[in-house]
Amino acid sequence: MMPLRGNPLLHWTAWLALALLLLAAPFMIEALLGRAWVRIADVALLFIMLALGLNIVVGFAGLLDLGYIAFFAVGAYSYALLASPQFAVHWPFYVILPLGAAMAAVFGILLGAPTLRLRGDYLAIVTLGFGEIIRVFLNNLNRPVNITNGPQGITLIDPLQFGGFSLAQTHQLAGLTFTPVHNYYFVFLAGALISIAISLRLEDSRIGRAWVAIRDDELAASAMGINTRNMKLLAFAMGATFGGVAGGLFASFQGFISPESFHLIDSIMVLCMVVLGGMGNVWGVVLGAVLLTALPEALRYVGPLQQRWFGEVFVDPSDLRMLLFGLALVLMMLFRPSGMLPARRRAPGPLPAAAGKAHGNG
Amino acid sequence: MPETLLSVRGLEVAYGGIRAVKGIDLEVRGGELVALIGANGAGKTSTLKALSGLLRPAAGRIDYDGTEVTGKPAYHLVRQGLAMVPEGRGVFPRLTVAENLAMGAYVRNDKPAILRDLAHAYSLFPRLAERRSQLAGTLSGGEQQMLAMARALMCRPRLLLLDEPSMGLAPLMVQKIFETVRAVAAEGVTMLLVEQNAKLALETCHRGYVMESGSVVLADNAAALLRNPQVRQAYLGE
Repeated sequence: MMPLRGNPLLHWTAWLALALLLLAAPFMIEALLGRAWVRIADVALLFIMLALGLNIVVGFAGLLDLGYIAFFAVGAYSYALLASPQFAVHWPFYVILPLGAAMAAVFGILLGAPTLRLRGDYLAIVTLGFGEIIRVFLNNLNRPVNITNGPQGITLIDPLQFGGFSLAQTHQLAGLTFTPVHNYYFVFLAGALISIAISLRLEDSRIGRAWVAIRDDELAASAMGINTRNMKLLAFAMGATFGGVAGGLFASFQGFISPESFHLIDSIMVLCMVVLGGMGNVWGVVLGAVLLTALPEALRYVGPLQQRWFGEVFVDPSDLRMLLFGLALVLMMLFRPSGMLPARRRAPGPLPAAAGKAHGNG
Repeated sequence: MPETLLSVRGLEVAYGGIRAVKGIDLEVRGGELVALIGANGAGKTSTLKALSGLLRPAAGRIDYDGTEVTGKPAYHLVRQGLAMVPEGRGVFPRLTVAENLAMGAYVRNDKPAILRDLAHAYSLFPRLAERRSQLAGTLSGGEQQMLAMARALMCRPRLLLLDEPSMGLAPLMVQKIFETVRAVAAEGVTMLLVEQNAKLALETCHRGYVMESGSVVLADNAAALLRNPQVRQAYLGE
């Protein structure tokens, strides 16, 4: 995934090839696997954004969050409420997406503030509860005043619209057919790339180092002069922001959301992407998100394959799918406990000149 | 007599309803090496945590460098030059030695000076220079203690609070650590040292305080404390 270093020509060629591949991907996928897989690619890109957001909280700052999907829900509902017939408001996406991100950040701080003293299992339990509270709220906020429309969810959410160009319509451009899933692919690709860029920058920043220090030893981190309270709140807020943006995009993409989309299992799924890919490693998390989105879909083919090989279906594919998925998780954790791409070790800096010669006591 | 760098009056630290430190006074002057000794559970570490801003004192007043700092958080104090080496070494195990040292300079922005200090830290602790790309968690206990001290020096402290530097180390390593303490003191860093190894601590320091169940029971010159029959009986095993 990472282009070669050294030869600059090779370097740029590699980047260019990668860019062309990513741009051509939806058409190649459609030709090879069918349009359903373009939709899966869209979902994978959304999950990249989500997983990278959770990676800030779990991977960088070491705070176990089992309710992360709640921020996705906050972003999605923010978008849905302000761009649907529910309140008969139809604000443009460039207003509501940032608004949804800000809302999610506020909720991130709301979750972070009371849990500052908690770590590990205890934090996990509180965040789990938080995730459920949000979902239950969304489910019940239809009485006495109907805000969220309860379990029925919100329908007819506006698609993304750039001027007169609606992403929900099929367009013909340069001899290519851009169906809605194609259109959204490019928007989500941009979102995922921005998320990757932000994550990479954060990792190598002062803030990123402060998070790593807190993750390793919080007491020592505060002894270094790190404001651990603010840094932890910042991690929650930034992680939530990624979730909020992804949620808004999700709402516009689906056109329909309900509390059913934001279950504990979804939080766990995103966490699995982070852990399996390699906690704290941006490229690992990206890989984890793509594989864990694609794997359950690929396992659907187990049914037709049985039909073809044995003439009948022995095991119901929907049962087998989760079984194989679980097995894959167990095997991964047994053989690669720190993920597919373990967190990167930074190369040490050069030894400062004076140190080589000096021989003090030690 | 040099100026008073740290002055503590009536300090109390409580965990819930239990008072671990029951109103102590102490003082550290610029350039001094002061030991705080006492048995397990006497309240030494609680005192140090309150002084470094990791715990909020229940009562009392702390003055550092002429201004009151009672209840100020650690990140504020570190910027003022009051640093601490936590108990149990507290290095970042999953960061390399070099990264640990860089973390020590977290509050500083003067890159060239940081690089000079890094070179200086490596010259004080050549062992750390050899292991700079190794993960701190894989170092021996003594090396981790060296790293913790070198890291604390990276923020250019004026007052260094050392919590049990000899804890859990082999006797030979303990000697080495105290040599390091002297070397750091020779750099002009004032130090307050909490120790269970009373003999070595008093032999290293100028003055000492003896704590017993939350109170300071003795305060004197280190040499006098070493001769004190009470101290000899209770802490020096005679």
